[in-house]
Amino acid sequence: MKLTLKIWRQGGPSADGEMVTYPIEGVSEDMSFLEMLDVLNEELIAKGEEPVAFDSDCREGICGMCGLVINGQAHGPEVTTTCQLHMRSFSDGDEISIEPWRAEAFPVLKDLCVDRTSFDRIIQAGGYISANTGAAPDAAATLVPKDDADRAFMGAECIGCGACVAACPNASGMLFMGAKVTHLGELPQGQPERYARVVSMVDQHDAEGFGGCTNLGECSRACPKGIPLNVISQMNRDLQRAKLGKH
Amino acid sequence: MTETLPATEAPADGLINGLYREGMPIADSVAPSGPIADRWALRQFEAKLVNPANRRKLSVIIVGTGLAGAAAGATLGEAGYQVKSFCYQDSPRRAHSIAAQGGINAAKNYKGDGDSAYRLFYDTVKGGDYRSRESNVYRLAEVSTSIIDQCVAQGVPFAREYGGMLDNRSFGGVQVSRTFYARGQTGQQLLIGAYQALERQIAAGSVQMYSRHEMLELVMVEGVARGIIARDMVTGEIETHLADAVVLATGGYGNVFYLSTNAMGCNVTANWRAHRKGAYFANPCYTQIHPTCIPVSGEYQSKLTLMSESLRNDGRIWVPKRAEDGSKDPREIPEEDRDYYLERIYPAFGNLVPRDIASRAAKNVCDEGRGVGPGGLGVYLDFADSIERLGKSAVESKYGNLFDMYQRITGENPYELPMRIYPAVHYTMGGLWVDYDLQSNIPGLFVAGEANFSDHGANRLGASALMQGLADGYFVLPNTIRNYLAEGPYPKIEENDPAVVEAREQVQQRIDHFLSVNGTRSVDSYHKALGKIMWDKCGMERSEEGLKEAIAEIRELRADFWQNVRVLGSADTINQSLEKAGRVADFIELGELMCVDALHRRESCGGHFRVESQTEDGEALRKDDEFAYVAAWESGGEDGAPILHKEDLVYEFVEMKQRSYK
Repeated sequence: MKLTLKIWRQGGPSADGEMVTYPIEGVSEDMSFLEMLDVLNEELIAKGEEPVAFDSDCREGICGMCGLVINGQAHGPEVTTTCQLHMRSFSDGDEISIEPWRAEAFPVLKDLCVDRTSFDRIIQAGGYISANTGAAPDAAATLVPKDDADRAFMGAECIGCGACVAACPNASGMLFMGAKVTHLGELPQGQPERYARVVSMVDQHDAEGFGGCTNLGECSRACPKGIPLNVISQMNRDLQRAKLGKH
Repeated sequence: MTETLPATEAPADGLINGLYREGMPIADSVAPSGPIADRWALRQFEAKLVNPANRRKLSVIIVGTGLAGAAAGATLGEAGYQVKSFCYQDSPRRAHSIAAQGGINAAKNYKGDGDSAYRLFYDTVKGGDYRSRESNVYRLAEVSTSIIDQCVAQGVPFAREYGGMLDNRSFGGVQVSRTFYARGQTGQQLLIGAYQALERQIAAGSVQMYSRHEMLELVMVEGVARGIIARDMVTGEIETHLADAVVLATGGYGNVFYLSTNAMGCNVTANWRAHRKGAYFANPCYTQIHPTCIPVSGEYQSKLTLMSESLRNDGRIWVPKRAEDGSKDPREIPEEDRDYYLERIYPAFGNLVPRDIASRAAKNVCDEGRGVGPGGLGVYLDFADSIERLGKSAVESKYGNLFDMYQRITGENPYELPMRIYPAVHYTMGGLWVDYDLQSNIPGLFVAGEANFSDHGANRLGASALMQGLADGYFVLPNTIRNYLAEGPYPKIEENDPAVVEAREQVQQRIDHFLSVNGTRSVDSYHKALGKIMWDKCGMERSEEGLKEAIAEIRELRADFWQNVRVLGSADTINQSLEKAGRVADFIELGELMCVDALHRRESCGGHFRVESQTEDGEALRKDDEFAYVAAWESGGEDGAPILHKEDLVYEFVEMKQRSYK
């Protein structure tokens, strides 16, 4: 395939950025999207131009490190991570625009790399169960009904890639946060901190500059792990109970 | 066809076979003796304590935030030490432990099927082909049960039965159900548990997190590890971090092969820098090659994806009997023209032979020209019989997510066409040498998880990597490092100390060099060339001839790399070529040591197969009289040959036997 790529280039966090056009030929449909960018970078290096910086690590759809806005869609046209998107989703002659996640809470560091440490700080605000090493009772001491365990698992599948934020017109982090609140809030071990957790996480979310949720659902549609929108309802319910002291 | 192995040449110039010298043997002197079940309790009791009020005066640097690093960081933070944690990714949650699919072993015996710590210990020693330490492995089996308790308390959503009890499955050919799992995402769930515990300590102020930071040098002061030099990968700043102890939890080095199931960023630099400063590197040639990965599709391939081993339970592996059928549609090849080679050669275990045997058999049929798919490097894993026997929906419910992943990557529908699979590098059993306390031969330098060599011998069993990472991080290291910290705080080191300045200069010189060579070849092109040498000559089969060729080729590549690599851009922003250049430089040196280690070990054991040491049936032949030892290599310095230190392996509890799966 022969393609025309339009890629966001930005020299550093405070530099101005721009879209730059790169033609590329000989793209195989079996390449992953990131392998196609690897090939482009090898060509740029051969020409003496600085390669495009982009993040990726596991390249098997689980670490959450990669993430590009491709033709305006977070992770591109398929519901998967960027690293699992393959070039057979495109056709010869296509023009493809490639941009970083765009959100105030995810500042661009260089080209397509963004800073997502705001997600880590939301977890620091309460996205954990306080269980010091060595103090745990036998694992079989607490039974967890399978339905609860399955719902917790659904929230726990989040890989923290940030596609939900990139897809949301408000750049809201509610799906990410709702997934964690659901994961921990569905388990008996998560009950003691359940209400304090949600208040503290939401405060941090707002302080980081993420927007509010207006129930558009773009986040869930872009989520490579299919986290459903109702984790946000669960979070809002817990938040309401916490604020009203009714728990 | 056991051939007579070449005798070791007389070391005229002190060099054995022109490659290495032999140094003093070593002993793991800190492991207690006595009944094996009492040793860990004894060691914990004997290890000195640190008063809670004194802990905040003691500092520990931990490099890497996978299971071992994140668990150790969280646990030491909870205990009250000052911890600095480093990772090259943008967040500690990305570490490659996250990609483990299958599960984690623990001798809970919740199924009442006769499991025990002793049985897990026995299976692990045998699975490691009798090349691991009994004391370490028993401890691993012993603490395995506490890991599950800890993870459940943190909210790790393990699979459960309808009654609410934890579910288990069997794994990797053992006869008990001891594997805990969370769908196909066990590594992810365990890592997120450890990550959240770490983030909790970051919030509490006991752990300082440095993400997008890469350790580029170890700081040694008067023979003791006292800190690291790290590069801030966003600003390019070279930073000095000093502490009372340093822990490396930096994972394995499978990316020396360029293509592996490791993440793109996995590298050996932290370990290799420590090795160059004196830390022994043990058993570097022990590599695990996993039989069921998606084959390479082209030159652009950047990594390989594992398909869970569980597929071998219902899929049948075959290739055409005749090479000329390799390009045919597999559905049109009649039954009588197919060779179900594992079922033919290993009737007792069939498609479920251990990983190393399945991998080598696939290589053999492909070498005969009977491989399938691009380049003839693949074999079929066929579910047609299972779909007919169980129905498509039953197969889908068991393996649906794996089939989807396969289809996404290859564009082929495995319900219609047999999957194509091929072995790929997956895990490295070798690593920095540590004693029973996980301390390297450098005082103050500890090594945990896949980064050390300690528990898996020459082959790792399935679902044991997660167990070892968390055992080291939560339970072993925090209990052994306190014995070292109790002697502290160690004398304060200034940033202008000559040893610190020298380490910083070493880092700066390398960076300046890479940016100034302005050669003609990209870093990736060298990495690919190295990977090809390693895969062809130090991969599934190793021979004396091939290894000698590999060493010569790697030396040539190394010289060319330093003179001709092209790294563009500057050092003061994100520069991924620069990052990779440092990593590839170290991989090239490690690759040579792996070949030297593989050449010196003139036996086959576990994942290390020497063609000169096989039984009449072509199976791996160990030579316990000569090689029942850990090969711990000391760096010979810039131009020097490596120095081999042997640690004898003594088996008091498990009898050494030759494995058989026929």
